[in-house]
Amino acid sequence: MEVVRLASETDVAGWRRAARALRAGGVAPEQTLWTVDGSGGDLLAGSAMGEGGPTGAGQAFTVPRAFIELADLVALHRSDERFALLYSLLWRLGHEPRLLEDASDPQVQRAHRLAKAVSLAAHKMKAFVRFRQTRDEAGDERYVAWFEPAHRVTELTAPFFVARFANMAFSILTPDACVHWDTEALVALPGADPAEAPREDALEDYWRAYYASIFNPARLKVGAMQKEMPKRYWRNLPEARLIPELIAKAEGRTAAMVAHAPSTPARRVVRQVERKMRDASFEAQAMNNLEELAAAVQMCRRCDLWRDATQGVAGEGPGRAKLMLVGEQPGDQEDLAGHPFVGPAGQMLDKALAEAGAPRDQAFVTNAVKHFKHELRGKRRLHKTPNTGEVTVCRWWLDAERRLVRPRVIVTLGATAALAVFGKPMAIGASRQKAHQLADQAQGVVTYHPSYLLRLPDADAKAKAYGLFVEDLAFAWSLAA
Amino acid sequence: MPTLDLKRKLEILSDAAKYDASCASSGGTRRDSRGGRGLGSVEGGMGICHAYAPDGRCISLLKILLTNFCVYDCAYCVNRVSSNTPRARFSVEEVCDLTLGFYRRNYIEGLFLSSGIIRSSDYTMEELVRVARTLREVHDFRGYIHLKVIPEASPALIDEAARYADRVSINIELPRDESLTALAPEKEIASIKKAMGAVRLGVEASQEKGRKARPANYAPAGQSTQMIVGADTAPDGEILKRSETLYSAYGLKRVYYSAFSPIPDATARLPLERPPLAREHRLYQADWLMRVYGFARAEIIGEHEDLELEIDPKLAWALKNRGGFPVDLNTADREQMLRVPGLGVRVADKMIAVRRLKALRLQDVARLTRAVERLKPFIVTLDWRPGGPTDTDRADLRARLAPPPEQMALF
Repeated sequence: MEVVRLASETDVAGWRRAARALRAGGVAPEQTLWTVDGSGGDLLAGSAMGEGGPTGAGQAFTVPRAFIELADLVALHRSDERFALLYSLLWRLGHEPRLLEDASDPQVQRAHRLAKAVSLAAHKMKAFVRFRQTRDEAGDERYVAWFEPAHRVTELTAPFFVARFANMAFSILTPDACVHWDTEALVALPGADPAEAPREDALEDYWRAYYASIFNPARLKVGAMQKEMPKRYWRNLPEARLIPELIAKAEGRTAAMVAHAPSTPARRVVRQVERKMRDASFEAQAMNNLEELAAAVQMCRRCDLWRDATQGVAGEGPGRAKLMLVGEQPGDQEDLAGHPFVGPAGQMLDKALAEAGAPRDQAFVTNAVKHFKHELRGKRRLHKTPNTGEVTVCRWWLDAERRLVRPRVIVTLGATAALAVFGKPMAIGASRQKAHQLADQAQGVVTYHPSYLLRLPDADAKAKAYGLFVEDLAFAWSLAA
Repeated sequence: MPTLDLKRKLEILSDAAKYDASCASSGGTRRDSRGGRGLGSVEGGMGICHAYAPDGRCISLLKILLTNFCVYDCAYCVNRVSSNTPRARFSVEEVCDLTLGFYRRNYIEGLFLSSGIIRSSDYTMEELVRVARTLREVHDFRGYIHLKVIPEASPALIDEAARYADRVSINIELPRDESLTALAPEKEIASIKKAMGAVRLGVEASQEKGRKARPANYAPAGQSTQMIVGADTAPDGEILKRSETLYSAYGLKRVYYSAFSPIPDATARLPLERPPLAREHRLYQADWLMRVYGFARAEIIGEHEDLELEIDPKLAWALKNRGGFPVDLNTADREQMLRVPGLGVRVADKMIAVRRLKALRLQDVARLTRAVERLKPFIVTLDWRPGGPTDTDRADLRARLAPPPEQMALF
């Protein structure tokens, strides 16, 4: 039997040295006993290994990185079996190199469970340490906490506090170890006694006031609280002393709220509301210009498309533009931004207009339908073509824009726009490059929608269609100019 | 008016803030106080809950209102103008001092600041931004900040808020637009949606810049919202459809569901009942299925239906779709495994790793999860198959898997 005496409960380096030597020397787990100095388990002291553990050098071996990470955590667990368990895993890794991937192996499962408990203890330490402000003889501030971690995680967790409070001197005292930070260096010392920590802090009253006020007595869920904040931590949490009373009074407070008759609002408030109601009726007025129209589109409830859209997108451009471009409907980007043709199709339109010699800032750009119709696919919104009913009711807005702008030429981009402007379906290929007379004296020009060009998969077809598109825009501009 | 001491203000203004369910400190950019003048760090990932109240909710942030004076009259809100609740207002310096004092003592991860509407939307938003700016620029505070956005505020102020905050949120408040008009007459669904749209555009613009240009900090933890459940008659299907739309349209990180709960000095316009906590819980589970497990809303629930309260939505789905079961844990792909009631992401991933080494038996499954008895009717392993058509198809399967009713009665 080989007996290893580690220097302390957290002597991970010592464990590693000894384990490496034992494994190289071929000493099986059944033949080893792991003890810690001062823990009373060294009855078998005086083994062949001597101080500092075995040093026998056998064949070299490597272990997966995952094992080192696992061992570093497991070693901090308070259970006595941890070093033996780790050595046993190390031994088995020799002939089962993929052992750690088998989470259903009882020893691997046990090690994972210990590691998880240690990680949780570290996380809870980050959460539940409570500092108290102190001043030393020189009058310098230091924040001191007394804490009892579930496992030996004080040194593991100290870097978190250093990163968070780099410019604040602090000490965390625990029964296992103490860490001290003076804004420049971190010092770890042996465990301390709770009497060494400050007894109170002036701000704790405020913290308790907050804790009591943020609690909603109508939703008592004591089990959920205790699962996340186990009682073992309560004695070092200043707020925990309020818990029994908060629980005891919750039911009565809720019943009182339910039973309480609604009170009458103050007279000042009633007068305010009356004034507002009186003024509200003057706000709804007819629209006489494009600004009013854009505001009114926001209120449109003529069909149901407004429900899932962000906002109505009205047309934009000079109020006396000679050229009006009508698209289908706002897309994902237009719906968010509130402006027509700002997404990918808009960029293609801009490029084509520039090549056709028709400046976009001299055209009025709008859509047949003012709200974004779409369907949800995963976490995206996909364009969906508006139906005839939606196009028909939304013509009310397009007609208002035509009346206010009075363009010479209206270009319809795609089939939906043609339907809205001409009131009937138009075959784009057969109708393009012609001036169609419209009832309001404007001339209609039919062409493709830029989104159609974007969707064409074949590069040649895309280039050809783009050429026709530019040609149509140039034709329309020549009619308008 | 007598001046209130700071502690009394804190009581009033945290009491007024507690009906906002969110307290998350998740998703911020990783950073710490080293090399700076101040304090604070964000680890990224899940955030830290520093305490739990007896209502089971996490306390991660100092969640307060700047003021609970408000010109709005929203029926469901304790701070509405017509309520006779005690009122208070913090100064910017008071909020900063409390935040830093609490933070130094490790009580909190940061600040979640909201406000009643005073004077105007822009004035209120400017005050909120001033707190965040002071914390960041004067005190070099690097902890977490969550700011509530006033939807009617000017876009420039919303942008500024998002530059100082880790997360911003705008509450959609109610599942139905008509209910918002009825219960919160001053609020406009159109402004709420537009502000959410503006935030999504801002977040996307800050992320798409070239890798060399350091992206401007713009709400790195994204945006969230809250919907009150039970203040109107919208069924669960409608609530989840609204969430589905919000997730896709505005890239929200979270939709919080808040069971409408009795408030002090309530209005006569709303029924005061115990909050529907069980319903709220089922909504969170269904939301989780949509966000993490790849379920479409329509698979879980029709638009006019309510979720079952007795069993969780995944089990309800499985019982309605028994044809897809049992699932062979040794051959199924991850997506299929995640559809098994009681099987979660972590356990499924462990199973996938283990089965590369050996075929799974029931005892292996039992070591990977405690819920093996729940899984058995739905799975196949090397040595286990539910009793042919008799098991997965049993008419009493639901009764056997549903928890006894008294467990659900918990309040």
